[in-house]
Amino acid sequence: MRKHLLLLLSVLLSFSLVAAACGDDDEGSDVSVGLVFDIGGEGDQSFNDSAAAGLARAADELGVATSKVSPNDDGSNRAELLQLQADNSDIVLAIGFLFAGDAAAVSGENPDINFAVVDDAMLDFDNGGVPVSDNTAGLTFAEEQGSFLVGAAAALKSETGTIGFIGGVCCFGLIEKFEAGYIAGAKAVNPDIEIISEYITEFPNFDGFNDPASGKETALAIYAQGADIIYHAAGGTGAGLFEAAKEQSEATGSKVWGIGVDSDQYNTVDPEVQEYVLTSMLKRVDNAVFEIIKAHINGTFEAGNTVYDLSTDGVGYSTSGGYVDDIADQLDDFKKQIVDGDIVVPTEP
Amino acid sequence: MTDDSLRRRIFMTLAAPVGAVLLSVVFSAIVLLIAGANPFAAYADMFEHAAKLETQVSMINRATPLYISGVAAAIGFRMNLFNIGVEGQYLLAAIFAAFVGGAVALPGVFHIGLILLVAMFVGGMWAGVAGLLYTQRGINEVISTIMLNGVALGLVAALVKEWQAKGDIAIVKVGTEPIADSGIIPNLTFIPELFGDIRNDLTGVLVIAIVVGISYHVLINRTVFGYDLRASGANPFAARAGGIPPKRMVMTAMLMSGAVGGLVGMAEIMDKGRYNPNFVGYLGFNGIAVTLLGRNHPAGIALGALLWAFLEASSNILQVTNTAPKEIADIMKGVILLSTVIGYEVVRRIRVREEAARTAARLAEVA
Repeated sequence: MRKHLLLLLSVLLSFSLVAAACGDDDEGSDVSVGLVFDIGGEGDQSFNDSAAAGLARAADELGVATSKVSPNDDGSNRAELLQLQADNSDIVLAIGFLFAGDAAAVSGENPDINFAVVDDAMLDFDNGGVPVSDNTAGLTFAEEQGSFLVGAAAALKSETGTIGFIGGVCCFGLIEKFEAGYIAGAKAVNPDIEIISEYITEFPNFDGFNDPASGKETALAIYAQGADIIYHAAGGTGAGLFEAAKEQSEATGSKVWGIGVDSDQYNTVDPEVQEYVLTSMLKRVDNAVFEIIKAHINGTFEAGNTVYDLSTDGVGYSTSGGYVDDIADQLDDFKKQIVDGDIVVPTEP
Repeated sequence: MTDDSLRRRIFMTLAAPVGAVLLSVVFSAIVLLIAGANPFAAYADMFEHAAKLETQVSMINRATPLYISGVAAAIGFRMNLFNIGVEGQYLLAAIFAAFVGGAVALPGVFHIGLILLVAMFVGGMWAGVAGLLYTQRGINEVISTIMLNGVALGLVAALVKEWQAKGDIAIVKVGTEPIADSGIIPNLTFIPELFGDIRNDLTGVLVIAIVVGISYHVLINRTVFGYDLRASGANPFAARAGGIPPKRMVMTAMLMSGAVGGLVGMAEIMDKGRYNPNFVGYLGFNGIAVTLLGRNHPAGIALGALLWAFLEASSNILQVTNTAPKEIADIMKGVILLSTVIGYEVVRRIRVREEAARTAARLAEVA
């Protein structure tokens, strides 16, 4: 029997050798970019897809070679994927703050490769806020400013005087920025407006960013309490919000809306629910991704934190569908006040 | 025992797991072909990646907590106690250990010892709750440990917020207070570095895993307690009749299983130096899988853990080379697990039949 096993093993080995010989391929481009997605991976119609769009644009306009990978849900292979991308790329992009610790470690091991982490400042606050390493950039966003505008839009469009907010994961500091801006924007239009806020999961359980079923249930519950517009900051969970908007509208005969986040969700959701996307808070992860790749190519890559806000169109709102065209003047007025510093948007609700 | 029958025994023992691995290779190849990928290119990528020293270190790093988790489950299995609660036990133990470790400063050995003790204590106590429910109220340990997992996850979520490191102005939360260097088990990176340059570290918790494995072997096979444990598992009524107190055995087994389970999170704690908000999950459940593969045997569990770690670590490359979807590793794991369990049962039945035939033959001889 041992002979049989040996035979089997050697057959397997020879197969793998043959395959290994034909497995190599070279891209032949100057700069290669390795991207590692956040929880949920590509296809979340929101945060990750915005990053993917920026990468696609860089491939298109800058001619870079790209590689995209998604981590396991249990969070066990983030560092390994960063390292693998570093082995095969000139610049590594990590999408999401969960990479902060691993990116700091891996960037230290690969001083010749540039790293950029979306949603973390990548500053060492124990040492007075210097960059964690010379080759790591942190790309963050003024989400509260963009959320202010969609909050104002919700208040202007609401007929019931009640609006809702669905956050993916509470209590770790990031999603509260969305909520705070949304509330401030809505109150700036209508101080008496009622806002119902719900979160899907609590930190450290990050399932809330990838749970459309709970998103739908929560949205239906908020609509049932009289809200006619709900804004979500919950990544892939948001797909459930728009389904709920369609279901609620069809059941009651009066139209309710959802507001998207990160990407222009009018263009990313199912065509069936497209007409329920009032607007989206744009968090231009795509721009940030594109700009950092461009900076790398131009040799202007800088370590440390870059904040994308309204003044640089790093955040904003979408107009696809034309549902907010009638209030565009008012929204742009708010935008101007924020950029000029006349309105300071809070970051905590 | 003759040479021939020994060889046969070894073959029978290995038949199920080896057959399962081969089956999973074939099955996954079919799945890959259907998905339009080249299975040989995918397997070649995985083997090529696994041949790198760094990947091998990463495999051992992955196998270490899996092994500890497997032994924790095995202690219960040995006496037919199905402790599904290692998941909750290790997460709860990890956050308590990290909190205590971050709060004190002691000389090296004591600091590390304290962290390990806290982890084992908390893990043991949490499993002990299920043990108490079983012995005092007769509540099935499968149900109670599953429920306790849920409670533990909630508790951890609350504690990680409560014990958030102070004085940090980063946008997002980072976890518990960092543990001082004296509390960190030194890594073993110097060993793989004998073979070449690597950029990752070999976890020092490997030593703990080895100690756990040896202790488990000695305890089960060389002590009276181990005999009682196996006897209770094999035939609880006979064990009881033989004077082994069943309740005390259940309680002790649960406490020990939980205490070992408490150590599962140590690799992550020692690597990150704190309980970070996105602590590696599912190790408790994966531990059950490797225990089933390894048939509760200390060396078998190690092989199971290494196999799992191999599939996980080597499949990372598939996304980079784009030869196959990474999910193929999960498919392989599932096929291996299912077919091993079925395989063991088939082998057991064959053995029973053969033994019956042998006995009958011998009886015929005598007659």
